[in-house]
Amino acid sequence: MNWTWFHKLGSPPHFYRIAGAMIPWFGWPAAVLLFAGLYGGLWLAPPDYQMGDGFRIIYVHVPAAWLSMAAYVALAVSAAVGLIWRMKLAELAARNIAPLGAAFTLLTLVTGSLWGRPMWGTWWEWDARMTSELVLLFLYLGYIALHDAFPERRTGARASAILALVGLVNIPIIHFSVEWWHSLHQGATITKLSAPSIATEMLVPLLVMALGFTAYFTAVVLVRLRVALLESERDTAWVRALGADDV
Amino acid sequence: MSMLAAVVQRDLRLAWRRWPEFALPPLFVVLVASLFPLGISPSQAVLELIAPGVVWVAALLAALLGLELLFRPDYDDGALELLALSPHPLAAMAASRIAVHWLVTGVPILAVAPLVALMYSVPLEVLGVLMLGLLIGTPLLSLIGGIAAALTVSLKRSAPLLALLVLPLCIPVLIFGTRATALASSGLSAAAALYLLGAMLVLGVTLAPLAAGAALRISLE
Repeated sequence: MNWTWFHKLGSPPHFYRIAGAMIPWFGWPAAVLLFAGLYGGLWLAPPDYQMGDGFRIIYVHVPAAWLSMAAYVALAVSAAVGLIWRMKLAELAARNIAPLGAAFTLLTLVTGSLWGRPMWGTWWEWDARMTSELVLLFLYLGYIALHDAFPERRTGARASAILALVGLVNIPIIHFSVEWWHSLHQGATITKLSAPSIATEMLVPLLVMALGFTAYFTAVVLVRLRVALLESERDTAWVRALGADDV
Repeated sequence: MSMLAAVVQRDLRLAWRRWPEFALPPLFVVLVASLFPLGISPSQAVLELIAPGVVWVAALLAALLGLELLFRPDYDDGALELLALSPHPLAAMAASRIAVHWLVTGVPILAVAPLVALMYSVPLEVLGVLMLGLLIGTPLLSLIGGIAAALTVSLKRSAPLLALLVLPLCIPVLIFGTRATALASSGLSAAAALYLLGAMLVLGVTLAPLAAGAALRISLE
């Protein structure tokens, strides 16, 4: 197999150009999908027979939860690529995915808490999913803190990459341990949204929102990566040439 | 192998000469454990309920105590660089150092745990499970802590960062450890939880020294 494309992708000027071309291809679909999904979710979908209009927060909550986990996998994969091939671009990608992932995790927790107040009667429930989401937030924050604690950026990137991989091994263990722990304390007294019984008018906007969130995430990561590339490569000839073009 | 033995022997001798290093963790456990009855309630029923959790949390925090100094002195005086230059893998060195950390903090904690359990009037059969859980779980705490200590060895003030890195990763150990005692105190077999702890220990013993070795290599760059 020819790996030239892979190594070419790691070249900052090349990636800078590709990313610039790709951003509209994710950004505009994200805007359209998010608008359509919100319209479908907030106006078209019927109110839930039990929860009324309160269920509509899932159109933010579930896509955010999906991305909070997908972003961690993306972070760990980028970190591994950076660690193995010493690819500067992958190191930058991991660091720039992290705050977004942490933000989505926080959004999941906040929306879950806002939904839990009227539905469960508490702001916080030591529910299995909420607890593992909270641990995920700690993992993100630990990654960011470790990365930025090093004065030398590349050392920080490599050290925190190991942490990201350790976290990736741990996430399933944490998830299942928390799930098991939960079952000890309380049974399923709380009726959750059961996935199979969701009506199509409710499900379609949810899928649209999930796609929209993913496209938004990709676009923002690309924008952040371009900025990070410019910053870390500011002394190189190709960045200077870019500046000369604009002036 | 002889190199590992030499490193373990040297580290144990160093720890012996700095005796507070292994006297403080168990003292810390007793201290933390004696705060809970004062802070929550001295009633028998409450204490019996929270005892395993208190012992486990105290052990977790005590394992954090000496972590900052796991590789730091060797990093500061250059011994770590010499060890890295030796033909032996750094992972083996990390493994022996983690083993010493367990001998110096984990074993003393094991020694005082029955005392704390007594203070909390934990029944004898639960105490056995608690001790077995701690015996499997405290090496895991040292292993996870070893990775974090190796990652942060070149940083100046790493203690708060260490807590942020180590505690989330230790949550499964805490859950399975207290789960075992909860099963035992309701008269059920605690084997499943202990087996899972054992499985995690096997995973930790195989992977954590490799991760710690790689982390040390990066810190020395």
